[in-house]
Amino acid sequence: MIRYIYANDLNNFPKLKRSMFLDRADQFKTRLGWDVQVNAQGEERDEYDALNPLYVIWEKADGTHGGSMRLLPTTSSCMVNDHFLNLTDGVRIQSPLIWECTRFCLSRDAESRTAAALMLAGGEVMCGFGVEHYVGVFDARMVRIYRMIGSSPEILGAQGEGREKISVGLWSFTDQAREAVARRAGISLELSKNWFDRSFGRAPQYALARTA
Amino acid sequence: MAMKQRLELILEELERARELEALQAAIVALRDLFSVDHMVYHWVNSDGEQYGCGTYSSDWVELYVAKDYLRIDPVIVGCYQNFHPVDWKRLDWSSKAARTFQAEAIEHGVGNQGFSVPIRGPNGQFALYTVSHNCDDEEWGEFTEQHRRDLILIAHEFNKKALDFEPSRTPEQSRALSPREVDAMTLLAMGYSRAQVADTLSISEHTLRVYIESARFKLGAMNTTHAVARAMSRGLIVV
Repeated sequence: MIRYIYANDLNNFPKLKRSMFLDRADQFKTRLGWDVQVNAQGEERDEYDALNPLYVIWEKADGTHGGSMRLLPTTSSCMVNDHFLNLTDGVRIQSPLIWECTRFCLSRDAESRTAAALMLAGGEVMCGFGVEHYVGVFDARMVRIYRMIGSSPEILGAQGEGREKISVGLWSFTDQAREAVARRAGISLELSKNWFDRSFGRAPQYALARTA
Repeated sequence: MAMKQRLELILEELERARELEALQAAIVALRDLFSVDHMVYHWVNSDGEQYGCGTYSSDWVELYVAKDYLRIDPVIVGCYQNFHPVDWKRLDWSSKAARTFQAEAIEHGVGNQGFSVPIRGPNGQFALYTVSHNCDDEEWGEFTEQHRRDLILIAHEFNKKALDFEPSRTPEQSRALSPREVDAMTLLAMGYSRAQVADTLSISEHTLRVYIESARFKLGAMNTTHAVARAMSRGLIVV
């Protein structure tokens, strides 16, 4: 299932938390060879994890991490504006309607639908909170994965070549894209909404109130 | 349309303000404009200092402070350090303390409905912009759906202004446009269509949309037309 958890609530999910930071080390350090910090416990974290980001996490049946991404507002410190202005033509992308999505991570043994499930959840956040775009930093391998799940970002700028290539991209999410991603994930829109409500509190039930 | 223009006017006055009192005048005007019972802006800066303005009765504000409701108010507890807007119905009102608090709030005219936008500023600054009203769920659902975008933008305008009054702050730093944003706004001001602007700058229309949105935020405007007008009146672009 998908969980939406702010960093300061991660301690309520110790198994999920531990396995997420381990999987991030495995993906970014071991498999991709990025210059990231891995601590003595084998967990990968950076300064943005200390800013109370909102994690969107796919939790496997055994309670461990299957995949995740990290959301932050662009109106305060975020990776794109702090480190990648050279890829956005010098434009500091800032708006309460644009959030940053980084550290998109899949565990080694993630089910094939995990990436699509995360994108679906990203759409849920947009819909629920009035977010119109995500801006994110990702590598060449992710470009392929995004294309596979039918949710390719618009590339704003890129540096490096081949596997080393780092891009800043932009997502918008139409209703059609949402349905397509839901099909790839094999998750109904109702179930997705239900997971969102479990994390953020039950949605106001206007329609029900009307028919009651 | 009249509402849109009035909203722009209120925000322009807010931006020109040189004193904190202007925030109070603006919030009263906005409350009236949106025809809701209350609007409140509340912030805590990096040193733990608090500031607030809004339309709650002084009785309620005094009681709130006296009873230290900051500690049990589900809106504060549920929004603090977060950054997603919240309908109050999604918050946890299940504890006895929260229910007592809610009953007292309603008694003091706060309303049974609320929508809050938390904002995370620099260096641990945190603020909350809240709209509250007395009506049924259906009416409130329609209101928040119709006005959510405006309310989010207004909340951030208040916070930008409040940050201007922070002693160590240089007001310009958050408002400067990058050369690329200036280019985009200039071409729009010259009457180019989005497609023509994108073509001229050799970027996609999606990318252009983000540059425009980013410039809109920095200019404190509610939409693109308003942003172009502001950029011109401030002399940031020359056509």
